[in-house]
Amino acid sequence: MKNQHINRRDFLNIVGITAATTTAALYGCAPKDQRGSGSKASSPVPTDQMTYRTFPGLGDKVSLLGYGCMRWPTIPSPDGKGDLIDQDAVNELVDYAIAHGVNYFDTSPVYVQGWSEKATGIALSRHPRDSYYLATKLSNFSNYTRENSMAMYRRSFSELQTDYLDYYLLHSIGGGQGMKTFNDRYVDNGMLDFLMKEREAGRIRHLGWSFHGTSDVFDEVLAMHDTVHWDFVQIQLNYVDWRHATGRNVNAEYLYQELEKRNIPAIIMEPLLGGRLSNVPQHIVTRLKQRRPEDSVASWAFRFAGSPELVLTALSGMTYMEHLQDNIRTYSPLIPLTDEDKDFLEETAQLMIKYPTIPCNDCKYCMPCPYAIDIPAVLLHYNKCVNEGNVPKSRTDENYREARRAFLVGYDRSVPKLRQADHCVGCDQCNEHCPQAIDIPKELRRIDQFVEQLKQETL
Amino acid sequence: MLRKIRLIAATLCFVLITLLFLDFTGTLHGWFGWLAKIQFLPAVLALNVGVVLFLVLLTLAFGRVYCSVICPLGVFQDVIARIGRRGKKLPYSYSPALSWLRYGVLFVFVLALVAGVGSLVALLAPYSAYGRIANNLFQSLWMWGNNLFAYLAARVESYAFYEVDVWMKSLPTFLVALATLVVLVVLAWRNGRTYCNTICPVGTVLGFISRYSLYRVTIDTDKCNSCGLCARQCKAACINSKEHKIDGSRCVACMNCLDVCRKNALTYAPVWKTKKQATGTEKPEPEDKTNLSRRRALSATALVVMGSALKAQEKKGEEVIMKRDGGLAPIKERKEQEKLTAIVPPGALSIRNMRQHCTACQLCISVCPNHVLRPSGDLMTLMQPEMSYERGYCRPECTKCSEVCPAGAIKPITKADKSSVQIGHAVWVKANCIPLTDGVECGNCSRHCPTNAIEMVASDADNPKSLKIPVINTERCIGCGACEHLCPSRPFTAIYVEGHERHRVI
Repeated sequence: MKNQHINRRDFLNIVGITAATTTAALYGCAPKDQRGSGSKASSPVPTDQMTYRTFPGLGDKVSLLGYGCMRWPTIPSPDGKGDLIDQDAVNELVDYAIAHGVNYFDTSPVYVQGWSEKATGIALSRHPRDSYYLATKLSNFSNYTRENSMAMYRRSFSELQTDYLDYYLLHSIGGGQGMKTFNDRYVDNGMLDFLMKEREAGRIRHLGWSFHGTSDVFDEVLAMHDTVHWDFVQIQLNYVDWRHATGRNVNAEYLYQELEKRNIPAIIMEPLLGGRLSNVPQHIVTRLKQRRPEDSVASWAFRFAGSPELVLTALSGMTYMEHLQDNIRTYSPLIPLTDEDKDFLEETAQLMIKYPTIPCNDCKYCMPCPYAIDIPAVLLHYNKCVNEGNVPKSRTDENYREARRAFLVGYDRSVPKLRQADHCVGCDQCNEHCPQAIDIPKELRRIDQFVEQLKQETL
Repeated sequence: MLRKIRLIAATLCFVLITLLFLDFTGTLHGWFGWLAKIQFLPAVLALNVGVVLFLVLLTLAFGRVYCSVICPLGVFQDVIARIGRRGKKLPYSYSPALSWLRYGVLFVFVLALVAGVGSLVALLAPYSAYGRIANNLFQSLWMWGNNLFAYLAARVESYAFYEVDVWMKSLPTFLVALATLVVLVVLAWRNGRTYCNTICPVGTVLGFISRYSLYRVTIDTDKCNSCGLCARQCKAACINSKEHKIDGSRCVACMNCLDVCRKNALTYAPVWKTKKQATGTEKPEPEDKTNLSRRRALSATALVVMGSALKAQEKKGEEVIMKRDGGLAPIKERKEQEKLTAIVPPGALSIRNMRQHCTACQLCISVCPNHVLRPSGDLMTLMQPEMSYERGYCRPECTKCSEVCPAGAIKPITKADKSSVQIGHAVWVKANCIPLTDGVECGNCSRHCPTNAIEMVASDADNPKSLKIPVINTERCIGCGACEHLCPSRPFTAIYVEGHERHRVI
């Protein structure tokens, strides 16, 4: 199996290089936009056409596709308890990404049960250090002390096997109690001063922050730019959040415009909303496919995220090779959205917000639930059923029987019985971790009641 | 011809009854549930006069066709015997009736029935014995097959099949089923219907009647040349060809002997039409089968004793909690709470009714979709169903067990009936309640109680803002176990259900 993969990769590399050479040879006489003949999905993945972004202040040439290391593939642990990162698969994905022009890798000490940095470090240490940019974060959520924060900072260096970090982020500003939490985590313990000194010393090349929260916190932290000089800011941006942000999130249009005023490069997270902009209701698929039949549904979201000029890179947590390949295609090179495209996506967003899906992006920050609920799995199953029309409103619905069966059978398939919503005690420990500000116990209770109505046929 | 009719009818009955035990969805019961209800012992226990009368008349008219067609254990033995005698044309021989054993077992059986020793009744009853084998040994294979289909269905996004849990519901019952199977296979493989004619109490009772049946197989002494072919073809070992006599109490009316006679000396006809009727008493011929039967009886008893000593092994869970993103908290396996009184399903009326009527055929356990019912491990009620809520609870929309019970141990009830039958009551265990142990809000028991019997009140009466704990109104509680199953405390719950000796209607 492993050999086959390597062979396939080598094969693709060779084909890619060949194709690139051919393309290069033809480039002079071919119009810029035109691609080779044949279906896009079956054509080789280009190795040398990635769109890169540079900004005068940064000095880096960053691939528009950034690798988010939050969703590395896992395999069941040999001792039967939980999952472990599938390092072979990680290596394969990283090698493939680098071979196809991706050079930005974004991780955090808390990702993938705390294993992401180590796995990313192992995979990247097999490549020259100057062939990629490394981003990680100060994710001191549960313990704000200086000692703990310093330990976390040092741990990143050892886990990532490096003596400098290209991008360092204050992780998830706006969570908790807004500015108070921000001050507790970074200002009062002196960590921000320390990190600025580290930047001067060259161990951090660029300092910035990622944001999930209300606009007042965003404004206030952004205003610190005058004293701190933020090299970049990471925001949630996609064609739904552009003008229809959910929960306490701020519309991306506002966030982007604020950054634009100060000319601060933006790094984009959640361009695909954890797959929610790929796994959409059928009529939306039809709508997007009709406009560009050869492009994937996801490519629209990535083109939207990559089109604004201030975007340095758009992060995608790619678990599967197929997703990586699709995203590389989308950005090799980026075909920026036209104004008509933007209007079209805004209309699409308006169609999508009519669906009562729960804005869960499967980031797993809420996990592990101390009472063993698989929260994202429950929410994702519900969303899937919403999108597929399997959430009946009443017993008299035309497809009630099929929808009921699909919901209930699918529920047991997606979530083990003891990890389903009916086991939620409502302790509320998850809520503070949710960057989308979902009231998780409330949603779980709603789903539980719906399941009861389906089971007891009292809908 | 008669034999062919018997074969077809028997195959049909056998396959359908087996399917009743395999079908965990309970859908087949809608059409063929009656097949379980016409079984002799369940009908007797259900006081189903119509069925008992029908079976008595059937036997009086045609002999023990019940044993050849309706009884799944009888047909099952024929299947084994058929495989066993492959190649051998004339495998059997006449043996005199082991009357002392037959009547002895029947006596013990009736005694156990009257005394309410359900375990012994269940052990000897033929239909239940087959039910246990089908449920414990065949249903798991069926379910694994289903799970394979479910796995394939999941891959193609089809909801036609769903996965079901396959688990060892009770080791003693499993071992009893296994031992019964081994004994049956050995007996049937070697000597056909030995079980039916020496152990089976139903066989003995029907034998009393079939002795005087209208239709019976007789030997025409004019035609008979005493070749003994019929005796060597008789799986019931009831044809004494030397004396031209057939023991009507043991003949199961299989008709195999009719075709084998070259002189057409055997006929199955009304008794008044037969020319001559052999008379005379049986000559006891001691054979080594006695020992075998005794050994079987002894081993069966030994198993009952052994059963109580065997308890399922509990696994120890391990817990490591770190706030890092992702991962699933381990789930400690739930441990069963010691109960003073067992819980039996709504419709059972009382523990006593259950004990007196249940033949431990496992049909209710086969269909319980919530994994609530399992065989009892108690010596007196061994293998009879009881309820426990580790894997699920008795859901309000389900009345499956009451629909399938053939013996009147669980009487048919409606969903409305069910919601007002108190089968037990919830008990709070302060030491395990998470608002007190973990300091977090909970109330999951209260939230899921279908009768609103649980109210959340401040744990500190003086401080209305203190974390809330459940108080149970036992008058409203029906004992469904929703609270127990959904209680987050593990391995022992903070709320559990105690059974009621007699169910009450609220």
